[in-house]
Formats: sequence, C-alpha cells, structure tokens
Amino acid sequence: MRMDEDTTVVLAAEGLGKQVSSPEGTLAILADVTLSIHRGETVAIIGASGAGKSTLLALLAGLDEPTAGRALLAGNDLTQLDEDGRAAVRAGHVGFVFQSFHLVPSLTALENVMLPLELAGRRDARDAAKEVLAGVGLAARVGHYPRQLSGGEQQRVAIARAFVGRPDVLFADEPTGNLDAATGEKIIELLFGLNQATRTTLVLVTHDRQLAERCDRVIRLEAGRVVAR
Amino acid sequence: MPSLSFALRNLYRDLKSGELAVLVAALLVAVAALTAVGFFTSRIGLAVEREAGEVLAADLRLQSARVISDDYADEAARRGLRVARLESMPSVVFAGEESSLIALRAVGEGYPLRGRLKTADVPFGPATVTDAIPGPGEAWADSRLLAKLGATVGSTLTVGAHAVRVTRVLDYRPDQGGGFADLSATLMINRADLPATQLVQPGSRVSRAMLFAGDPAAIDAFRDWLEPRKQRGERVQSIADASPQIRASADRAGRFLSLASLVSVLLSAIAVAMAAQRYARRHLDTVALMKCMGAPQRFVLAQTLLQLVVIALVTSVIGTAIGYFAQTGIAWLLRDLLRSDLPPPSPDTFVLGIVTAVVVLVGFALPPLLRLKRVPPGRVLRRDLEPPPLRYVVVYGLAIGAVGALLYWIVRDSKLVGYVAGGLGATFLLLAAAGWLLVRALAPMRSGVGVAWRYGLANISRRGRDSIVQIVAFGLGFMVLLLLALVRDDLLRDWQRSLPADAPNYFMINIRPDEGAGVQQFFRQAGLPSTELVPMLRARLTAINDTPVEKITFEGDRANEFVEREANLSWAAELAEGNKVTSGQWWPADPAQLAGREPQISVEIEYAERLGLQLGDTLSYDIAGETIKGRITSLREVRWDTFKPNFFVVFSPGVLEGATGTLITSVHVEPQQRTALVDLVRKYPEVTIIDIAALLAQVRDVMNKASLAVQYVFLFTLAAGVMVLLAAVQASREERRYESAMLRTLGASRGVVFKGVAAEFIVLGALAGLLAAAGATAVGYVLATRVFDLQYTANPWVWILGIGGGAILVGLAGILAARSVVSHPPMQALRAGN
Repeated sequence: MRMDEDTTVVLAAEGLGKQVSSPEGTLAILADVTLSIHRGETVAIIGASGAGKSTLLALLAGLDEPTAGRALLAGNDLTQLDEDGRAAVRAGHVGFVFQSFHLVPSLTALENVMLPLELAGRRDARDAAKEVLAGVGLAARVGHYPRQLSGGEQQRVAIARAFVGRPDVLFADEPTGNLDAATGEKIIELLFGLNQATRTTLVLVTHDRQLAERCDRVIRLEAGRVVAR
Repeated sequence: MPSLSFALRNLYRDLKSGELAVLVAALLVAVAALTAVGFFTSRIGLAVEREAGEVLAADLRLQSARVISDDYADEAARRGLRVARLESMPSVVFAGEESSLIALRAVGEGYPLRGRLKTADVPFGPATVTDAIPGPGEAWADSRLLAKLGATVGSTLTVGAHAVRVTRVLDYRPDQGGGFADLSATLMINRADLPATQLVQPGSRVSRAMLFAGDPAAIDAFRDWLEPRKQRGERVQSIADASPQIRASADRAGRFLSLASLVSVLLSAIAVAMAAQRYARRHLDTVALMKCMGAPQRFVLAQTLLQLVVIALVTSVIGTAIGYFAQTGIAWLLRDLLRSDLPPPSPDTFVLGIVTAVVVLVGFALPPLLRLKRVPPGRVLRRDLEPPPLRYVVVYGLAIGAVGALLYWIVRDSKLVGYVAGGLGATFLLLAAAGWLLVRALAPMRSGVGVAWRYGLANISRRGRDSIVQIVAFGLGFMVLLLLALVRDDLLRDWQRSLPADAPNYFMINIRPDEGAGVQQFFRQAGLPSTELVPMLRARLTAINDTPVEKITFEGDRANEFVEREANLSWAAELAEGNKVTSGQWWPADPAQLAGREPQISVEIEYAERLGLQLGDTLSYDIAGETIKGRITSLREVRWDTFKPNFFVVFSPGVLEGATGTLITSVHVEPQQRTALVDLVRKYPEVTIIDIAALLAQVRDVMNKASLAVQYVFLFTLAAGVMVLLAAVQASREERRYESAMLRTLGASRGVVFKGVAAEFIVLGALAGLLAAAGATAVGYVLATRVFDLQYTANPWVWILGIGGGAILVGLAGILAARSVVSHPPMQALRAGN
C-alpha cells in the first residue's frame, strides 16, 4: 500500500458466494470471498477462465445477487437493496469499462459519454462529456459513431464515459482483451493516469499478468475461491 | 424531469440513427392506411347516407295529416337547419275530356332538401337535373300521366278549381321511394297555388310534410327536441328509416369496406409487432448498460412509455395527414366516376388516427418493450442473460384485446368481427402448426441441393422458430390479401348476380284481377318479358294474439309505422324467389292439405323483429271491414334488392282470394321499349306504373362507389403487407450480416451467399403462400356462406397467386435485403459480433 493511500474502505466482500443450479446439480461459481478495498487503491482480479472473476466483479458492482455473504459498496450493503436500490448506488459511485467496449451503436462518441450524466439528470452533460473526451484525446471525434472508430478509440470513449461521472470505484472487465498489445498499452496508461488524477479506486479483471503487476494488489481466484491476495 | 428530456433526446437519437425507422414507418403506414380508409369510407358512407336520405328528400321528415305548426320550422331555422314544406293528396286532374287520378304534390321553396328533381322536355324523353320547382301557375306532370291524358308540355290541366300549365315533364323526384302508398301518377305544383285549387277542405285526405336538412349533429339535436313535442299523428322519419332497398345495399357496402380496413389493421399491427421486437432485442444491451450506470427500472419503463406516447402522437398526426391527403388524391382521381361531390369526412374519423396509433402500440409494441424493464444489468458482463419472458396472457391478451377493440370500433358488427377473428385465429394456429411441419420437412431436402440452396434451406431449419413466425406472418398477410381479393370478387359476382342488367325497372300495380290475362298478353305483344302477376291487397293490422294493437306498446318509429300504415298483403302457394324461410315451415304446396285448417302466415324477419312477433303468434287484419286471423308458421328473410314484388306478410292460399285485391308485377323494360308503356297506360288507365329505373340507378351507383373504394382500400392493404415483409426482413438483418461475413471469410463467393439468401426467402414465401391460399380458401368459404349469403366457388387463382406471389414477393424482399447484407464489409460484421 502506498503511503498516501486513503484507508477508507470503499468496497468489501464478506463470505461472498454464488451458486447456480445446473443439470449436474448445484454448482458453486464463487465461494466464501472476503476482501476489502480502500479508496484510491488499484486491484487486479486474475485467474483462469471460469475461475469466477467476472462473477466476483458482478457481485461487487451489484450487477448480480450473491447466494451467500454480502457485498458493501461505498458503505451500502448491496445485499439489502433491491435492483433499483443497487442501481442508485451504482449511479452515485461506480463506473465501468468492458472488454467489448459496450458503446451504444446508435449514439455518437459524445452522446455515449453524456449517457451516465443524462441518466443522473445533469444539465451540463454535454460540456462535461466534451471535456473528458478531450482529456482522452478524442476532441476531434466527438461526432463519430462507434462503427466509425477504431477499437482503441472505442475503448477510449468507454473510459471517458466511465470517468465522466467521477466515480468512487471503476470496474474494468478485461479492458485490453479486444485490443492489440500496443493499443492495449496506451489504454492502460490512460486508465492508470486517470485513476491517479481522480483518485478513483480501480478494480480490474484481467488475464494480462503485466497489467496485473501494475496494480497495488492482485487477487487470484481458482475455482471460485481466493487463493492469493 | 430528467426522464422526459432524456426520453425525448434518446428518441431523437434513435430516430436519427434509424433504430426506430421500421417501427415508425410501419406505424405511419398503419395510421395512414387506416385513416385514409376511414376518411374515404366516411365520405362514401355519408354519400350513401345522403343518397339514402334522398328517399326522404331530407335528413328528417315530419309527416302529418294535420297542419304542422310553424313553431317547428322556426326552431329548425333557429338551429341553422334548412326547412321546406309540401302537401300531397289524391285528386283528379282534367285535360279537356280526359281525366285521371293523381297524387298531387304541392311543393314549397327549397324542395327537395336532399337529392334533386329531374325533368324532361317531352314525355319519356331524356331527363336532366334541376334545382327549380314549378312556378305559380305551372305544373310538372310525369310521363305516364301526360300519356294517359293525351296531354303534353304546354297543355293546360285543371286541378280542383285551378288551371295550371304543364311546363316540364317530371322524370324523378327523390322521395318517390319504395313505399307504394303514394306512387300513383304525380302532378307537381307550387304550394302557393294550393289555396286556389280549393282542394284542401275539411275531411280531404291531405298529407302534410315538413322537411329538414343540415349538419348531422344539428339534425340529431333537433330530432331530440322534436320527438317529445310532436303532436299525435305526427310521424318523424330519418335517414335510418330509409327504404329497405337502399338500406340493404348501403349495409352491404359498409360491411364490405369495413372488412377491407380490418385487413389493414391486422397487417400493420403485425409489422409494428415485428419492428418492436427487433427494436427491443437491439436495445437489450443498451438498457443493461443504462441500468449498469444506475438507471432504475421505473426510469426504463417511464422512458419506454414516454417514447411510445411521443411516437403515437407524432405518427398519428403525420399518418392522419398522409391518410387525409391520400384519400383526397384518390377522390380526385375518381372525380369523374363519382357522380356527386363527396361530403367531407365526419369529425370522429380524425380521432381514428390517434386511436389507431395508441391501440396498435399498446397491443403490439408495448409487450416486447415491456421486457426491457426487466433486463438484468449483469448482461453487460454475460450477454446470455435475458430478461424473463412476459407472461403469455400479457402478450396475447394485449394483442387480442387491441385488435378486438379496434376491429369492433371500426366494424361495429360483432358477428363479422367474430367470424373474421375466429377465422384468423384458427388460421394462425393452423399456420403455426403447418409451418412447423414444413420447416421440419425441409431438413432432409438439404442433401439433394447445391451449396447455395443448402445454405438457404439450412437457415430456415436452423432458425426454426423464427422461420415459423415469418411463415405465419407472411402467411397471415398473404391470406388476408387473398381473402380480400377472394371475398371482393365473390361479393361483386353476387351483386352482379342479384342485380343483373335485366333487373326489373318498372313496378306495375293496381292491375285488376280480371285484366291480368290481358296485361300479360299486352306484355307478350309488346315484346316485354313474361312476368308473374302477384296478388296484393291492402289491410290494417288490428290485433296480435287477439290483443288490439292500440293496447300494445311498440318500440321505434318503424314498428309504429308498420302498425299505423295499411299493410300490403299477398298470398302464395310457393315461396317466392329471393325469399328464404329462416324458422318455422312454409305451408304444403298441396291445397288439399290446407283445406279446413286455420290460415297460416309467413312474416318477413325484420317485420317480425320490429313488432316482436314469434312463430305461433296470431295476427288479425281488417280487410275492407272483415277481420281475418292467421297464425305465423314461418319467418322469412327477403332480398329486397331483387326488385321483385315482395311482401312483409304472406298468407297461405285459400284465405284472401275472396277479398277485393289487385295484382302487382315488376318487369324489365329496355329504353327503346319505353313507349310501349304509354300504350299500356292508354289501354289500362287504372294500372299504375312505377318507374324504378332511377331508384335502381341509385343503388347501382352506390355499388360502384363501394367497389371503387374497395379497390383503393386494397392498394393500402397491399402497402401494409409490404411493410410486414420489410419488418420481417429487417428483423433478421444483423444475424444475416454476420452469417454472410462468416461464409465469405470461409471462401464463399458473393454470388453463393446472395443465392442462398434469395433461396431462403423464396422458399419461405412459397411456404407462406401455400398456407395462405389454404387459409384464405377456408375463411373465404365461411365468410361467403355464413356472413354474406353467397354461393361459394373455389378460385384456383388463389393457389397460383398465393404460392407464386409469395415466392416472388418474399424472394424480392429477401434479395433487396441480401444486397446490403452481402455488400456489408465482412470485417465490420465480424467485429460487431452477432
């Protein structure tokens, strides 16, 4: 932990587990995960395919409901909230970056970045979005649709969209998974640069060992259990 | 409120990006088609009604034997209605030595308020319309009166104490109608001359009428004002009480047009549903993303509903405008064919646009969009997460409810809605089952065809459920299109059958029984078709089941009219042509079986319904002072538009023969034979000839208008059908792009991919057409035999057009879609993912 690290816990899991029914019986995707992440910390979740990384991310972000334990995000017990309650917590505290970018194809780059601000009812959505897009080097591409942008540019739009609401926690699911090495490197630089500038907590799921090593902490999952942190 | 502005901005973006293009376009076509149909049918309907109104020469007619108070005229004028008066009475007219019994009609300024008079320069000469009435001192006489009197234009006639000069030959007056009571030879004079005739004396049989015309709402309001104030003996008639002949034709026309608009509703709704499903499917990710960013469910729901409201408003306004202009364009195209200027559509037609948009959206777009509310936010990480499916009762309940409500609102005939909905519903299930079988049957064929066809057939089998849905949608679309063509042809054929070119155009009444043989011989000598003379006598209904009619309360003007007016009775051994016994039994033909039994009566079904009569009831009639009682043993349905002599009440033989009656007949007279009628009147002066050629022309005109309107409606239905095709093709475009890219990456040429897509759509279209032809034949049979009383003849073109047309239309639509799919860069499609 860095010396300037804030010790406020912004994200925590206590005995978190997820089981699903399958034809072969009950299957534990995630079991007994306990962890806490501080403000401004960068954490990588790594593991083989099927280890439960995405499930853990979904539970920590309140995108899914656990079958055991609880998850706390910015002081809110997500397991006590209904879907709309969890949505409200996400609206106030969370940003996302995805492997396949998840830009809305019918919206321009600018409109994609405006989306979370508009959902929050912010009147300055356009100006704020333009500013952040300029910050990721896309000032000249604001009017372009996703299909008119390269993969790297699309991910930069996604990052701008994730940071525009100044979230407490940014979840990134394989942010470089769909990009070539050089572009991926640039995206990582951007992500960490913004993380430092805004003191956002960064939780990223990755296969990329190099990327994981840049984080303050690495949580390794195997068969749904934390084996190293 | 952030959700409103956000919803509007989102809607604007979706519209701009073309996301909603198909949905909006389908809805626009739906609204435009339906409102165009609505506007046009409203105008046609009003024209038909107005012409039916010609029977009254007014919208509302007050009839009385006594002087009608000026208060009514004052009140009507105050309400902005037009008013005219007339008196009529039987009288005798003299021309030198000759004299004749006439119906004298003294008409006032403004008569007739509806319809127009036609006059000619010479007896039986070509007639032209006029807006004038005879001036003071003038008289207009009909041809047969002049023929009988040996008079002509310019002759002086004496009516009562007054002499008038014949200035025109009266060819047609709107209110000559189908009622036979006052259809003797007409002499029309100006009302101002009536006092001079000195014919109006105490005890004289004057019938007075006050006519009203104007805005329908004002007429209704005035009628409401008038009904409670009218005096005893004053009878109010409106368009609804028009003659049975006109009504039969108008009803059939209205039903026919409604059927056509009903098809448009269904096709458009299918297109909207398909477009909405595609829109919802494409927005699963966006909604998951929005939820991931913190949008609550109610926000998603509110946004969806707001967007639907805005779409409904915008499409209804634009669609209604397109519909309005489309129908004015058609009316303009048909301006030479439409005899009269069409009245503007009724105001409630404008509501049709918004009602259509809302109902179609709620019934067909809302269910798939409602699913968006429940998209799990975790879909951003796992794309296989889907919202839970809506309960079937919601999806089908809304759709069936919407269609049912809209159909009933348009057709206002639960029987017709029931038959069509039942037929379509059953066909939908049958099509789905048959589609499933066909899709399964295709699978083994793949091994026997080339690579392109194999790709096409494989696509149909692999997307089995989608293929069935498309076959059902296409099949249903084609089916209703075929059904319309089929039923239209059958109906037109039926109309042509029921009103052939040689349909009777003259009624002849007051033929003395002892002159019957002579009249028939005259017909033969004059080269007129031989015709049957039917006995007729006048009687008054005095009691039902021995209860005097004065003590029975009847509902409705028509029932009271039946009771108050003298009825025309007849008797017959056999059921007349155009009559059908609906309940009970017609009496035996053998007179021996009737001897000694109580008299039997067959009653027309409408007459029975109005008077609340049932089988087994007894009716007592006063015939020239003698009471004759009979028991109802059968109810009949009568086709009035055959223009054959028909009667509400027919007695069994051996009952009325002794009473003094006359004979009646109807005959078709060619224009060049019309002079023979002059000779007939000269030979048999008391025979009254009723020229129904004008009435017949009016009915024909109504039918022509209906037929043109239907062809026009058919074009819109076709457009709605094309929208269904486009929506269906659009629905699978993304998937096809991806497949095409995959195939091309694997080395397939563009031609192979193109042929494969074309093959798939051609086969889909042929299958849909096959099923549609079967469905249309089945539903057509039910409609023809059960609703329209037609002789059904199977039409082989339904099968040829169904299968061939389906393959070509769907194939072409598929090829159009294939062009963009095949030309789409494979890399872009692969990167976008499936």
